[in-house]
Formats: sequence, C-alpha cells, structure tokens
Amino acid sequence: MSVVEANLEHDVHAHDEHEHHEELNFWRKYIFSEDHKVIAKQYMITGIFWAIIGAAMSVVFRIQLGFPGADISWLKPFLGKWITETGALDPNFYLALVTMHGTIMVFFVLTAGLSGTFSNFLIPLQVGARDMASGFLNMLSFWFFFASSVLMFVSIFLETGPAAGGWVVYPPLSALPQAHMGSEMGMTLWLLSMAIFIMSSLLGSLNYVTTIINLRTRGMTFTRLPLTIWAFMITAILGIISFPVLLSAALLLIFDRHFGTSFYLSEIYINGEALPNVGGSPILFQHLFWFLGHPEVYIVLLPALGITSEIIATNSRKPIFGYRAMIASLMAIAFLAFIVWAHHMFVTGMNPFLGSIFMFLTLIIAVPSAVKAFNYITTLWRGNIVFTPGMLFSIGLVSLFVSGGLTGIILGNSALDIQLHDTYFVVAHFHIVMGAASAFGFFAGIYHWYPKMFGRMMNNTLGQLHFWLTFAGVYLVFFPMHYIGIAGFPRRYYQFTSFDFGKSFTDLNMFVSIAAIFTFFAQFVFLWNFFYSMFKGKVAPMNPWKSTTLEWTTPVNVGHGNWVGEIPAVYRWPYDYSKPGSDVDFIPQNVPHSQTPESNFPHENAYIAQEKEIEAQNYNDQFQAH
Amino acid sequence: MVYLVGLLLLVLLGVAIAIAAKLQKVMGSVQSNTEADAPVPNNKINGAMWMFFLIAGTVGAVWSYLSARNYFLPEASSPHGRETDSQFWLDMSLLTIAFFIVNFLLFFFAWKYQYKKGYKATFYPENHKLELIWTAIPAVIMAVLVFLGFRSWTQIMSDAPADAQVIEIMGKQFGWIVRYPGIQDNKLGNYNFKLITSDNEMGVDYSDEASMDDFINPSEMHVEVGKPVSLKIRARDVLHSVFIPHMRVKMDAVPGMPTKFWFTPDKSTEQMRAELGNPNFDYEIACTEVCGRGHFAMRLRLIVEDKASVDAWKQQQKPLLSTILEADPKFISKIPEKLRAKAMDYAPYVEEVDSTTAATGSAAAATSSLR
Repeated sequence: MSVVEANLEHDVHAHDEHEHHEELNFWRKYIFSEDHKVIAKQYMITGIFWAIIGAAMSVVFRIQLGFPGADISWLKPFLGKWITETGALDPNFYLALVTMHGTIMVFFVLTAGLSGTFSNFLIPLQVGARDMASGFLNMLSFWFFFASSVLMFVSIFLETGPAAGGWVVYPPLSALPQAHMGSEMGMTLWLLSMAIFIMSSLLGSLNYVTTIINLRTRGMTFTRLPLTIWAFMITAILGIISFPVLLSAALLLIFDRHFGTSFYLSEIYINGEALPNVGGSPILFQHLFWFLGHPEVYIVLLPALGITSEIIATNSRKPIFGYRAMIASLMAIAFLAFIVWAHHMFVTGMNPFLGSIFMFLTLIIAVPSAVKAFNYITTLWRGNIVFTPGMLFSIGLVSLFVSGGLTGIILGNSALDIQLHDTYFVVAHFHIVMGAASAFGFFAGIYHWYPKMFGRMMNNTLGQLHFWLTFAGVYLVFFPMHYIGIAGFPRRYYQFTSFDFGKSFTDLNMFVSIAAIFTFFAQFVFLWNFFYSMFKGKVAPMNPWKSTTLEWTTPVNVGHGNWVGEIPAVYRWPYDYSKPGSDVDFIPQNVPHSQTPESNFPHENAYIAQEKEIEAQNYNDQFQAH
Repeated sequence: MVYLVGLLLLVLLGVAIAIAAKLQKVMGSVQSNTEADAPVPNNKINGAMWMFFLIAGTVGAVWSYLSARNYFLPEASSPHGRETDSQFWLDMSLLTIAFFIVNFLLFFFAWKYQYKKGYKATFYPENHKLELIWTAIPAVIMAVLVFLGFRSWTQIMSDAPADAQVIEIMGKQFGWIVRYPGIQDNKLGNYNFKLITSDNEMGVDYSDEASMDDFINPSEMHVEVGKPVSLKIRARDVLHSVFIPHMRVKMDAVPGMPTKFWFTPDKSTEQMRAELGNPNFDYEIACTEVCGRGHFAMRLRLIVEDKASVDAWKQQQKPLLSTILEADPKFISKIPEKLRAKAMDYAPYVEEVDSTTAATGSAAAATSSLR
C-alpha cells in the first residue's frame, strides 16, 4: 500500500506540476472546491442535514395525527408561539409542517441530496474522467443549492411561518396572501428558493450529461457504462427538460402575487372583496406544476434504481440480469414520465376524455417497472449473496419499489382514483414507492461508496441493524396507512374528529405515529455510524466489495484528478462477475480480454483485436489538455 | 384495537431487541469465525432475517387487513360507487397476488442464495424469452384493467340524465353553501362573483328571473333517494374539492371554472342507519383540496330521503331573495325594473315592515315601498 501511495505522490508531481490545483488553500479545497468528490460530499452533508429537519417535522405532525390535540408544550423551545395555549399544535403551522416536509424531502433531500451526491461522485469516477466537464459550474451548482437552502431555512422562522399550501403550492391559495398565513412572506421565499434551486439543478444536470457524453475514458462505450451512469444520465435529461417548466410556473405565480397579473386567478371573492382578476386558470398551474412534478418522481427514483442495479450485481456476484433491458426500461420509464402528468389531476374538472388518455399512458409504466423488478430478482437467483448494508438496502428498495408501485396501478386508474384521490392511500403509495425507496437508494449508496468517499469503512453490523429497523419501520408506517386511505381519510387534515367517517381508526393512526417515531429514532444508528466512521472507521482497502467498475481502481484516498498517472482504459462491460472459467469472481473493466483467455466467450476473443485501437485513442484527459 | 396495536408494538419491540441482541452476540464472540466464512459479518443472520421478515410480514399483512377492514367505509350508496368498489377490490386482489409473489421470490432468493464459501454464482446475463414473457404478462393484465377503468370512467363522467335534481354547491373558506333551483321554476339562476356580499353569499344574480326563488343552505343538502343528482360545483376563493365518501364522489371546486359531477344516491339516510345499526349515521360532504386553516372541518350534512320529505323540506326553505330583502329592503333597487314586481313577491316581510314602520317613520322602508 505504501508503495502505491509513494507512487501517487511521485506521479502527481510528475504529471501535474504545472497545474493550479496542487496547493489549494483551505477555502478552495473544502469550501469553494471544484473537485466533484468534495462537491458530492457537500451535497451529501446538506442533504442529510435537510433529511433530519424534514423527518423531524414529520414526527411533529404525526404526533398531532396520532394523538390529536396532544400537549406538546415541551416543544415550545423549538416551536414557540406555534404551540397554542392548550399545548396543541397550531393548525396553520400543521399545514406549514406538512408543506415543508414535502418540499424538503422531495427537492432538497431526494433530488439534491441523492442525485447531487451520487451523480457528482460517481459520474467522473465511473466513466473514467478527472472531473466534471465544468468544475466551476459544478461548484456554482452546489452554491446555488446552498443559497436556496438558506432561503428556505430562513422562511421556517418567519413570524407568519413558511409556505403552507402543500408542497404542490396550488394557487389561488398560494397566490393570495389574504387566503392563508403561509401565503405571505413564507410563500415569497419558497418561490425564490425554488427558482434558485432550479438553476442549481439545471447547472448540475447539464454538467452530468456533458461529462457522460464527452469525457468517457478510452474504450468506455455506451454499452460498457455501468447502469448507475445510465440512470444518472437519464435523470439529468429528465431534469433538464422538466425543471424549466416548473420555473415558468413559479415565475407566473410570482407575477400573480406581486405584479397584479391573472395567470392563475379568476373570479375570486375573498375577505369581503371581489378581486379584479379574471380570465386566469388555477388548472394551468397544475398542468405546469405536474409537468415537472411527475418526472420529478423519476428524477428521485431513477438514481436510486441505478445505484441498486450496481450494488445488487456486485453483491450477488453475478452480472445484472438483462443489462440492455434495464437500459431500455429506464428509457421507457423516462419517456412515459413526461406524458402522464395529468393523472394527478383526474378530478380537477379536466376534460374526462383527457383523463382516459392519461390513465392509459400511466398504466403502461407498470410494464417497464415490472421488467426492472423481475430483472433484479433474477439477478439474485443462483447468486452468492453477500449482505453488506448497501446490499440489504438495495434488496429492500426493490421490495418497496414493487409494493409501492403496485398501488400506483389503482391510483392511475381514473375511475378508482375518484374515491382515493387526496386520501391517505395516495400518501402511503408515494411514500413507499418514491420516498422510502429513494431514501433506501441514498442509504445503499452511502454504505456502498463510503469507503471511496472517506477512505474508511462504516461498521457493517450497525449498518445491518439500521437496515432491519428502518425496513420494518417503513412497512409498519406505510402499510397500515393504506387502510386509512381506503376508509376515505383525506390528507392534509389537522385532525379527523370533525367528521363521523373520520372517527374510526384513531388507534391505527396512533400506531402509525408510534411506528414513525420509532423509525425516526432508528436513523440515529446511521448518523452515529456515519460520523463516527469518518474519523474512527477501519481504513478501507482499495476495492472492499470486489467490484468491477472504475472507481475502485483509484487509490484509497482519492486526490483531485482521481487517478494517479494515466486514466485506465476500459475493455469490457461492468458486470463480469463469476465468469465461467475465471479463477476470481470478478474481472474489473480495465482488464483486457487478452489477459483473460480462460474466461473469454468465443465472441469476446474478437475484442482482443480492438484493444490496440482502444489504447491508441485520445486520452481524453482534461488535466493534460491545456 | 388498542390491544392489537399494543400487541403489534410489543412484537416490533421484541424483534428490535432480538436483532440487537443477536447482532451484539455475533459482534462480540463469533466475529472472527464469521469473518472467515463471509466477506461481511452476520451474513447468515441477515439471510435468515429475510425469511423471518417474509413470514412475520405475511402474518402481519393478513392479520392487519382482517382487523382493519371492519373500519373501511361501508358499501357505496350509489351504483357507480359500487361498480368502482368492486373494480377496486378486483384490482386489489390481483395486486395482492403480485405483491406476495414478488416479495416472496425476492426474500426467498435472498435467503436461499446467500453467500456460501466456495460456491460460484451462475453467470446468467440474459434470457430473451423470459424477458419477453414477463413483459407480456403485465402488459396484458394492464390492458384489461385499463379497459375496465375506461368503461366505468366514461360512464361516470357522462352527462347527467335530463331528469336529475340539479343542485349547486360552492366551496369557500371554510364551509360549503348549497343552492337549490327553488320550487316555483325549478331553475338555477345566474350568478356573478362581483355580486357577492355578506347577504348574498353566492353572488346570485337577480337580473335573471330564474334566480328569484332560489334558496341556499350552508349546513345541509337534501336529495331525493333513487333520483340522479347533478352537482354544479364552484368555489369562490381558493380551490376546494367536494368529497362525499359514501357516494364515492369527488370533484374539485375551482374559482373561475365551474365543474360538475352526477351520481344517484340509492340508499336513504334512514336505510343506512338501519343497515349499520347506527341511529346517528349521516352522509357527509368534506373538502379534500387543502384550502387553509379550516380545511379539516368543512363539513356539510347530506340527507338522502324520499320525495315527500325532500319536498316538505324545500317548502320550509326561504328563498334567498326574501332573506336579502328582509335584511336590506333597499336591495330591491338593484333589481332591474321589469323584474321588480316579481321580486316583490318574495318580499312579503317588506310589506309587513312597511305597514308597521310607517308609524315609526322608517325612511328606508318607506323609500322602498314608494318605489
């Protein structure tokens, strides 16, 4: 090992003496860094910070839902005047919490935290690049995200509270400050924050796509890309196409709020006055919002599926089953994601014929999703499975993806959606399939790539414990929640006692709340493991999981530029696990076929001739270019 | 139920402790042993956990369903609702089968093919036939479900029958107001949001003759059993959504864009009370689109009864115009001249007030009657 490290020092000096990144000061190295790995960690830490806040908020409103009117004056130090005199949660703040929980989790944790962390970290490492196509834009992307985070964070402490019209911020409620406390300054900051967030997301996504297309190393053809990279690229394309639409929706809403336009407002009488706005349509906002909102579900989920594909193959010691089918289904899901948005709007008064079309398109998504699920299962079949925490979370993800996805078949059916729309059935559905599944992808990714990120191992046993507690917790929270939905309980209700039909299930709601609190506290096992291992964890070997992809060919403590010396060339696909004839159960991508004659399939011997060609190709090395 | 919850929690706690204890034990004593066996510690335990989870999960899922279903909404009280209900349970049973098969395979394979020293995994990168089969099966099932859904959806969303009872329902922060076409002409009059005042909460337009006999009610909706109801839905401030759980009715109320939904209530409130053995049962209308602080309490009673009772109730309702004129006799001046005479029919109280106040010299009443 020390030889390698010495080599590293030597090579860095030999190759990069003239480079600017040799002696960076603290600020440029850790804060305003252009190194994709540092930026990834910045995204990760910010994401974890937001996840704690978002989850804690859900605990507060779950207390209200499970124990209506419970005395929570002990939270007064945090919530102050939002606790009423009887010690109960203020109904306005309940809505604010629900809204912030959704916004934070969807955008800041699962979009920025998940995609930002792993796209940044893995794309250059797995395609064999020194860094992102534009390190500067990448840095800018994070700091835009940071700025939007600060705005959103500040909004929580406003006198009138943060935005509170649901994470979908439907106007007119969100457009009229006089309609709701949360539509005052909180909503202004929400819109500003989201506008900046969208810029950040676009800068990031453009960088990801450019890097994947332009900076692949020698021999890294598209069909040799790991599925993670495919997933990240398709996610980025989804983001590039759909986020600008949300920006326009937000801009028009800003205009309606501040400049007297009527894009979304028409025929409104509120607080004793008839507003002058006519001709606008609140439904227009919903169309624009869901044109992002639905792809957003996949922006959140696809990276998690990519991560899972990689981890399941590695730890089953088998090639992923149906590599090309996996790519095709990713593409199919991404394509369909753009033409199903109105299934969120079956009962908005939209033309029923449109509803039929969207039902048809929506249910088609079940097909590529089913293909993915079956492929994961077949990958496990006759494998030699190692239960690393990352693997456990990946299998858990597949289970959640299937369990949550199935109920989508019901909700996507417009006739059945009439009753279930905006009930807890929907809440349960998307929390399992998109919330928990993506969160599992986040955990799986962290456990799996932690050794590469910090050069140390996380504690496996604690990771496994964390998994089982979380897995059980998620099912205990969201499985019974379907029942509450079938009984017709509407979402975003402060309490259910105003209605006779809402008087059943008080115990089940209590149970769900207790399970949620339990699951929340189980996450501290992870937090402890995460931060403790950063300093005290076992020093990681170069390739702890015996994986084939390029990132594991980098040194334990990866410097800026990723590889010491030349970037490795790639000769094979990323899933040569347990290849017949081979002594070892994995053959890394950078091992040429000429070195493995014993395990080559007949058609692969033809690749030997191409090896010279690959080696003769341009280095595509950014750090050498100028 | 409390006991069941308690029991489940106890099981949960037990599982957590058991895992913690087991892992602790393994961590402490057997670590070196397991490490030699598998690349990560506790591989066997985790393998077994999948089977444990599978069994416990199956038991939990079945048992929780059996205990929860008593609390589901009773059978729908409208024909379209019963149809979507049965379709829901048909879909649900198919999905439940898929749910158990897929999760079983996943957990079973995880356990069955856990790491064994010296075992080599099967290199099995693809099988086109297999992939084709499992693409085709879901596609066929989806096609059937789409067809069923499409058929019901088109029926539900079709135009209301001509003989339907037309009722307007308007959402506001935070309540519903219903408007009936009145007993004289049985026609809903126009409205305009600019005419809304505290007296005329729905902005009924009295330049339309059909408006004169319309009456409103902010707490109850009465409908005739067995006869289609056509709801004309609107909102006056922000989005709301009309939700009648027992009728399986839901439609957003949108400011500036009237929506509609029709259904046939075919079980009267009395019938449901008898059926459920609950003398206090009431159909309810709720809001399911977040609309602000009072969103959770926008309750309106729906009373389904026979024609005689509905008619009797309607007879008791005072036309809105009467209420308005009672509160503000000057309102008559806002009604177009040619309709004033007709409007006066709805202002019997003005007449009365006029005769009694002549003595006390109420200027307002005098002016209105002079005109």
